[in-house]
Amino acid sequence: MIKTAGKNLLAFVILLAVLLAPAAAQDWIRTGTNRGAPIRLAVPDFKASNTDPLTAPLNTVFNQTLWNDLDNSGIFEMVSKSFYPLVTPGSPSDITLDSWGNPPPNASMVAFGNLGVSQGRVLVQGWLFDTKNAASPQVLGKQYNEEATPDNARLIAHRFADEIIFRLGGGLQGIAETKIVFVSTRGGHKEIWAMDYDGANQHQLTHTGSIALSPRLSPDNSRIAFSALTSDSWQIMMYSLDLGRTVAFPRFGGDNFSPAWSSDGSRLAFSSTMSADPDIFAVDAGGRGLKRLTAVKGPDVAPVFNPKTNGQIAWVSGRSGLPQIYIMDSDGSNVQKITDQGYAVSPAWSPNGLLLAFAWTRHYGPGLPGKQDIYIMDIASRQFVQLTHDAGTNDFPSWSPDGRHIIFQSTRAGGEQIWTMLADGTHQQQLTREGRNSQPNWSFK
Amino acid sequence: MNHIQRKLTFVLATLLFLALISGCGNKKTPPPPPPPPPAKPVTATLSANPASIQSGQSSTLTWSAENADQVTLNGKAVDPNGSQSVSPTQTTSYHLAATGKGGNQSADATVTVTQPPPPPPPPPPSVTDEQLFAQSVVDIYFDYDKYDLRSDAQQALNQAAQAISQHPNWKVRIEGNCDERGSTEYNLSLGSNRAQAAKDALAKAGVGPDQLTTISYGKEKPVCNDATEDCWQKNRHDHFTLLQH
Repeated sequence: MIKTAGKNLLAFVILLAVLLAPAAAQDWIRTGTNRGAPIRLAVPDFKASNTDPLTAPLNTVFNQTLWNDLDNSGIFEMVSKSFYPLVTPGSPSDITLDSWGNPPPNASMVAFGNLGVSQGRVLVQGWLFDTKNAASPQVLGKQYNEEATPDNARLIAHRFADEIIFRLGGGLQGIAETKIVFVSTRGGHKEIWAMDYDGANQHQLTHTGSIALSPRLSPDNSRIAFSALTSDSWQIMMYSLDLGRTVAFPRFGGDNFSPAWSSDGSRLAFSSTMSADPDIFAVDAGGRGLKRLTAVKGPDVAPVFNPKTNGQIAWVSGRSGLPQIYIMDSDGSNVQKITDQGYAVSPAWSPNGLLLAFAWTRHYGPGLPGKQDIYIMDIASRQFVQLTHDAGTNDFPSWSPDGRHIIFQSTRAGGEQIWTMLADGTHQQQLTREGRNSQPNWSFK
Repeated sequence: MNHIQRKLTFVLATLLFLALISGCGNKKTPPPPPPPPPAKPVTATLSANPASIQSGQSSTLTWSAENADQVTLNGKAVDPNGSQSVSPTQTTSYHLAATGKGGNQSADATVTVTQPPPPPPPPPPSVTDEQLFAQSVVDIYFDYDKYDLRSDAQQALNQAAQAISQHPNWKVRIEGNCDERGSTEYNLSLGSNRAQAAKDALAKAGVGPDQLTTISYGKEKPVCNDATEDCWQKNRHDHFTLLQH
């Protein structure tokens, strides 16, 4: 068994490559096996195409966002700007391929272009060139025209980055336009907030005035299911992103926690005490057709569908003592215990259906080493890899739709904050800093 | 002369003597008075019935004295035979004194007064339902990651069950809580089991199920915020709220 990622990083990478091969053939094989030599990508700042006073500030936002998106993707080796030629190309006629393809930059690919604001619109032209293909270097050429706002400069950068990642990353859609929903206390108590995948644009959504927890975006990004404390109980609530308000959803008896969508948006699973003992139930997207899936005494909570098939549910049960991860078919049959030691909670199923990420205190008890860390486990082989080490208490992992990233909460910087990392545990970055922020959930797309 | 004079003196003296005798001898002389009869002895008795009373009750003193010229009870003149009702508020001694030719006699009786037992009046109106609830329905505590009831919790619930079932109009909410360790969602579920454990025990001890509701606050409403075992123990509890009475 692989016990530590540090010691067995190579084994882990191979494991991932093998595991992910059927679902995303080019991508993880390429990312994994080519890890020693990822694509060297040069991204010179886009050139200002005019002197409009808005051009420079929007270009700054655009350039920062594009760089971060490509850097965050995990599939490029970003060529440091200190190696770039002195002439910044703004269009194909400006570029000398050799000066990019030879040392010192030694880039395989160059992304470049120009940005200008005119009459309240921001116009962006972007290209991706292959430095080794002098005859036909252009891989991509894109144009964008939007209202001139910083948000739109960021949006255009996300879209152009996703085009590049899609083209060079093995055909997986990029995540630059994906969203994160989470719980924040910065308004005084716990409410549901949203932000872009890179931590930009953090804004409050719900105003329950009590406590709102466990937000889960619907697969079409139109609604957020969450659990909120009402005057007499916890209820599953539904927030419409289209309407910007909470919409009706049936009430159930007892307390109702931790909703989870099936990836086709047709079902919701959740934990309820409607029959006294907390158990897992499922309903359709409108809250009807209630079915009880577990009936064993003890806590049962935090269900999550296998997004590949929707035929299985992983969840947390305390039926045998400390909480462990279990899997069952989505009709409640065929229960399997996945973890058998320590304190294991908060399962998140990878988009390809093969891996579970979860929070685990493997050696649980006073004086025992280790804390609660994020792990991923291959469901078929039960092999696991530890992704966080010696850095606070970590919980609530959630996969990016491309399966390359995991967002999670950690106390390593003091109170609970939201962090991201690549799914191999590298590139850990803090996204939130104000108030306490927890329970991040990555959108399905 | 001497002879003659002596003879004359004798005659005169005799005459005088006779004269004196004859003068008295005109009345009859009464017999000497009989010796006085011996005086009868004075007697006195005094009794209290009952001899012991509670404050506010009365006792009857009964006395009798014979051959007495004067009878007093605690210094006040009374008839030689009589009775009187008394209601002393504390233990009191009564003293009967009888005086006659035959001497003095006295008798004593004591009425013992006991304080009444603390008034067993209906529960004093000063104790409200809230106070009674707070006294009799107290928080119960759990071990780490456990929801089964410890013996101290079971005892507290027995006492709580008595109070709640004596007030069928009470509606009680049982609130399950956890310490800060562990995961938000799992703790909500664990808190549900903690609240349910108390509900089951109360129902088993006779409380009507419709008097009880449960809710879990997980680790969302800590009563204490330190990272110490003492504080964690305080947070691993069921709290009870009186919703309606």
